Amino acid sequence: MSETQTDRTLSAFTKHLRQTEISLPAHLINASLNELAGKSFPTTRTEAWKYTRLTKLSKLSPTLAAHHDGINSTPFAIHSTGNRVVIENGAIHMNATRFETVSGLTIKRFSECSAEELQHVGGMLSLENELFNAMNTAYLQEGILVQIADKAQINSPIELIHLLSKVECAATIRVFIHVGKFAKAALTMGTWSAGADQSILNAVSEIHVGEGAHFTLQKLQCEEEGNFQICTEEITQDKDSVFTMHTVTLNGTLVRNNVRVRVNGTNCETNLYGAYLLKGNQHTDNHTVIDHMMPHCLSNELYKGVIDEQATAVFNGKVFVRKDAQKINAFQSNGNVLMTDTASVNSKPELEIYADDVKCSHGSTTGQLDEEAVFYLQSRGISERSARNLLVEAFIGEVLDKNDNKEFVAKTNAILNERFGWER
Amino acid sequence: MITIKNLHASIDGKEILKGLNLEVPAGQVHAIMGPNGAGKSTLASVLAGREDYEVTEGSVDFDGADLLELSTEDRAREGMFLAFQYPVEIPGVSNVNFLRTALNEIREYRGQEAISAKDFMAMVREKSAIVELDPKLASRAVNEGFSGGEKKRNEIFQMAMLEPKLAILDETDSGLDIDALRIVANGVNKLRSEKNATIVITHYQRLLDYIIPDVVHVLYDGRIVKSGPKELALELEEKGYDWIKAEQEAK
Repeated sequence: MSETQTDRTLSAFTKHLRQTEISLPAHLINASLNELAGKSFPTTRTEAWKYTRLTKLSKLSPTLAAHHDGINSTPFAIHSTGNRVVIENGAIHMNATRFETVSGLTIKRFSECSAEELQHVGGMLSLENELFNAMNTAYLQEGILVQIADKAQINSPIELIHLLSKVECAATIRVFIHVGKFAKAALTMGTWSAGADQSILNAVSEIHVGEGAHFTLQKLQCEEEGNFQICTEEITQDKDSVFTMHTVTLNGTLVRNNVRVRVNGTNCETNLYGAYLLKGNQHTDNHTVIDHMMPHCLSNELYKGVIDEQATAVFNGKVFVRKDAQKINAFQSNGNVLMTDTASVNSKPELEIYADDVKCSHGSTTGQLDEEAVFYLQSRGISERSARNLLVEAFIGEVLDKNDNKEFVAKTNAILNERFGWER
Repeated sequence: MITIKNLHASIDGKEILKGLNLEVPAGQVHAIMGPNGAGKSTLASVLAGREDYEVTEGSVDFDGADLLELSTEDRAREGMFLAFQYPVEIPGVSNVNFLRTALNEIREYRGQEAISAKDFMAMVREKSAIVELDPKLASRAVNEGFSGGEKKRNEIFQMAMLEPKLAILDETDSGLDIDALRIVANGVNKLRSEKNATIVITHYQRLLDYIIPDVVHVLYDGRIVKSGPKELALELEEKGYDWIKAEQEAK
């Protein structure tokens, strides 16, 4: 595959897209349009895209399919109760959406927000050389504003269902979450497809976790093969806060996750957990950054993958510890099991430390299943297939078990059963 | 129970078993002793179905079944059990989960219903007592962080759970102190019956003070070269293996 194939200007890709009608700050829209003008898709010569080829994506000219088909979204729901917003092809599917009044929780569509209400949107997002962020700004279709009041504890689920249901369509969505001081909440994001092919979801979330607040984001990524997803989360943590994120990727031709956590306060805890189980010709790329800007913080990062058939994966995790961020404990680990000779992974854990009194570790392992363990299990009467499943489940279970949300785990297990024949 | 005739097996083109004959009837314990490199562990591996070994000649009848035609798991389902010389650590897979899977796959093979959770746990309690295995170890990951003695006791615990017709103990005594050895041997003795058979593979006579064999075989250069009553083990202990070597070379 020659590099020139990816040298395709964005204008062909964006020709059917429409400039956003959302009341975003005008300077951001202008900056995004300027950023995109005359640009091409990044190639593998760009460091951030070294192992992820955008060739297939760049050949598309997706259309807007704002009018939803009203496909039954119930099978995709992870939670049975609480607030549920269904966004089909980038438009809110009002009939499937369920707003419940919960004290301390506000959920609003961007399209019904004033410019003033949206004045902080985009504030955390870098646009320069970030073409997908720029597209998410210039061509934004809709957004969801989630506000958790100070001291509010939201026990009922908040679920966003992203659904692609048209061929070669683009869904461009922003989520803006503000978690007030000492509040506690969790948000679930499921990404799905039904009848879609060659479609792309570009979802950006900006999350501000206030002082002393606890916030959990859990993502289940299950678009069928044939579809693309670029998913970006920009998180800022204030002091004494805890942010936890679970990213479970089970399907999709190309899934790119960009996570950046700015730990901008002392005594914070940051947990990033990721599991990816790939087969066919899937490609999943997890790029994460944890930026420790202040002292006395803890971060845990654990990503694990099982890569079968011809699937490929990328893990690029960066932990920064700034000069004055002393007494940081930062742990990062990535593990991969390759099930076939044709599966592959590129793993790059990185630490950049400018402080001198810190405890940090990082590591990466890639290997095959332990054949001696397979034989041991078989010698006890377990079939080869069950033996391999037991070992894979044990491997990936270490990450999946970090999540104690029963409904999320149950849905994950149901899909694992459907796709891989596992019973957990 | 098992009849091995003229068994030849090689690994990477090198012949290790060179026409081995052995018959172990039900209700008996047979010990196989021999110097390093004689082929003791190869015999255990070939019987368990390890694919690294190629059987080039011979036959193995296991209670009426053609053993060499069976997959590793089907051999276990037919009632064979190998206690490993080096039990494998399997992080993340609990002993209990693993054994329930094994037990139920064996039961399914035999056309029996799956065991209920309650009966299974009762069985775990009963069988772990046989080898004085802390029930807490039963719920931990398979062999992970176990001491050498705990690993070997865990092998015998698994054997107790699976109730095999034929158990092959491959150097189960290696690395055990006298207390652990006694516990392991007691476990094996409690599981002996008229219906099952045991093959004890060992380098040392010591184990046979605790597990009394009906017959002792000497394996040398890929063949059984001598068989006798339990006293043969004492003779080997006293004289070492050199006289066997000398005797064989003289032939």
